[in-house]
Amino acid sequence: MHAVVKAAAETRHLLSGNEAVARAVWEAGVKLATAYPGTPSTEILENIAFYPDLRAQWSVNEKVSLEVAIGASVVGARAFCAMKHVGMNVASDALMSQTLAGVGGGLVIAIADDVGLSSSQNEQDSRFWGRFGHLPILEPADSQEAYEMTKRAFEISEEFCTPVILRMTTRICHVKTLVTVGERVERPATGFVSDPGQWVLVPTTAKKRLPWQLDREGRMTAFSEMTDLNVEEDGSDDRVGFITSGPAYMHVRESFPDAPVFKLGFSHPLPKERLRAFAAKVGKVVVVEETEPLMEMELLAAGIHVHGKDILPRLHELTPNVLVPAVKGLLGEKVEAEPPQAAAVFPRPPTMCVGCPHLPVYYCLSRLHRQTLISGDIGCYTLGAGHPWNALDTTTCMGASITMAQGMALAKGEADEKKSVVAVIGDSTFLHMGVNGLLDLTYNKGNVTLMLLDNSATGMTGGQDHAGSGRDIHGDEAPRVDFAKLCEAVGIKKERIRVVNAYELPTLYKTIKEETAIDEPSVILTGQPCVLIDSFHKSPPLKVIDEACTGCANCLNVGCPAIHVTRRETEVRKNGKEVEKAWVTIETAACTGCDFCPQTCGPNAIVPVGDVATVM
Amino acid sequence: MSKEPETTNILVVGIGGQGVMTASEILSQAAISLGLDVKKTEVAGMAQRGGVVTSHVRFGTRVLSPVIAPGDADIIVGFEPAEALRWVTHLKPGGVAMVNVNRLVPPVVSLGLFDYPDDPIAEMRKAGIEVFDFDAGAIARELGDLRMVNTIMMGAIADRLPFPAETLKEIIVERFRAKKEELAELNAKAFEAGRQATASVGNTQKSTETAA
Repeated sequence: MHAVVKAAAETRHLLSGNEAVARAVWEAGVKLATAYPGTPSTEILENIAFYPDLRAQWSVNEKVSLEVAIGASVVGARAFCAMKHVGMNVASDALMSQTLAGVGGGLVIAIADDVGLSSSQNEQDSRFWGRFGHLPILEPADSQEAYEMTKRAFEISEEFCTPVILRMTTRICHVKTLVTVGERVERPATGFVSDPGQWVLVPTTAKKRLPWQLDREGRMTAFSEMTDLNVEEDGSDDRVGFITSGPAYMHVRESFPDAPVFKLGFSHPLPKERLRAFAAKVGKVVVVEETEPLMEMELLAAGIHVHGKDILPRLHELTPNVLVPAVKGLLGEKVEAEPPQAAAVFPRPPTMCVGCPHLPVYYCLSRLHRQTLISGDIGCYTLGAGHPWNALDTTTCMGASITMAQGMALAKGEADEKKSVVAVIGDSTFLHMGVNGLLDLTYNKGNVTLMLLDNSATGMTGGQDHAGSGRDIHGDEAPRVDFAKLCEAVGIKKERIRVVNAYELPTLYKTIKEETAIDEPSVILTGQPCVLIDSFHKSPPLKVIDEACTGCANCLNVGCPAIHVTRRETEVRKNGKEVEKAWVTIETAACTGCDFCPQTCGPNAIVPVGDVATVM
Repeated sequence: MSKEPETTNILVVGIGGQGVMTASEILSQAAISLGLDVKKTEVAGMAQRGGVVTSHVRFGTRVLSPVIAPGDADIIVGFEPAEALRWVTHLKPGGVAMVNVNRLVPPVVSLGLFDYPDDPIAEMRKAGIEVFDFDAGAIARELGDLRMVNTIMMGAIADRLPFPAETLKEIIVERFRAKKEELAELNAKAFEAGRQATASVGNTQKSTETAA
């Protein structure tokens, strides 16, 4: 638990943006906070869960999480919801209608954009939702602002009767800066106020609310023109003035300490008149925003001449090393050659852990890949696309493994005729959006073999609990879904649900072969826990008997990071064919003793460490 | 262009699970205890899965951007030699690198798809970097606890920081005292061992060729 949970008001702490938002949510008197884990937003709810006096809970997906928060708002309680950028794609159905109804208690949604893609399938600019949903966007530039703006966001939500989006990015969520905290002010739920004209969104109601929504946007624009969340900073060098928001503000200030800057904390709706006046005072104007040119386009449309993405990249972070040469170029100054970002060293991509229960699955799938199309999903098992397995053909979004596999199976042509279709999904992702896909598969009589890898955790985001792990966000016992029964309930035949131990190579391989050969949908369910969660226990480690190792290198195809090469040789066979050989060792301290790699070793050279003496 | 001149930039680099983020947290706490402004950031999205972790620590009277630009780092703290080499272009002229020589070889190298550099420390020196190399793993084994590597690393850089080594030591010892008294003592020992390891090595130390 972070010490800040018990920190007294007016004390200062080094907090990440996520920790700062958590503290502010508690102080704002929020009653219910929900989320589905997603980098870089995950730690917000993890930290909220440490605070007393409010309820924090993991939801099965972002749409569910937002709807639960909306329900709390409707009965007059302050409610909060956090998600990563792609989470809002899932939750947007609820958002786009609720913005029309408005809120009861303040409703704040923190959306964390993964600018720079440290752990995401795309790079999205969530500020679009403000334009799309006619609702305010607040953009903090550091942890102190994340803390303050979260509290302000609840006030704005209640003042304008609107959900408010707190737009974070990785450089807010995961940067630690000093924050002065305050104290919690209790805010009891004000009670449900029955008004079908607001809460029951049928066409007649919604039609009446549309003009109200536009009027609200007008009132928010007036607010934007006067709020202290939008700040103009003077500068002595007025050749270029900068309009910026979020973490880009810090990069601008670092790069151009003497320039005038207009910093937007309340960035939608834009205070166009204040910005017009600012632009008139400086030589050139550069809009520095991550990532899309949203403010830039609106300013250009308003007839305010600005630069932006004509000189700056439309992708990734706008750090000083990006900003300085671009602005120098605009001013016609000499641009020095930039030092390279990194030296040429081998890549070190993320990979599966030592003893991970996904390793055997991909060891098998890589051997069957020539006869199969493999449709992947979002989670640690997406790493199966990497070396040495190279055993994923597609990955798009949460739950799409099963549904895309169905489409492949139904529409594949002559070229893929002999290939069976396999989908790979994890437990948390299956509960997030996979169940619907499996129901659709059985209903439409598709033929897909689903590898359902249940490791009792939302692994990639750090092992969070979920509806299938048997524990809630506090680690307390919770109802646990029975995956086999659930699959049966949505229409998979009982005999086509095969529960196997992932570490038993012959059984696992044989089961995949059998199920992919059968012309009906099936589920292969593995249940071995993630090696990073508390309930995982190591077994005695393994070791390679050097004299027995023949250098066949088959164990390297497991992809376990504990297996290292000690020497290599090229052997020329009688037929003249060259074979690369590699002798290995196992890092005993790291080995979990999962006992999988010995099953890939022909000469039985891999043995428990304790047995070495007797073998030798 | 100019920036707050007294900002100190420390880049801590390594691999997920090595303690890079804990190290930068400790450095930040030390700077805060001296009344400085601090920003700390890392790119570590999937770092727990054996990927590269880089943590940027910046402190001074007022820190703006949390990111250390290439060519702006005063010190690189390398938990692994190839990782130190990877980020060496982030050092400013005259910057130093403190590097643990324990190699961590990733699966892509084991598979023969890429080569591990023959001698990363020598390559860094060839680029004109002042490198202090030491075997934190060996020191940790001597102390009887492999988890001491992090504290040894902190000791190793303690005399190159713009504040007294004792400040850093105190932060670390107090951090462990909160957990267990014995851990406080062991970490104090590890800190001093790291300090001595780099006090006695020059820039012409032997390379990492023999490091396991």
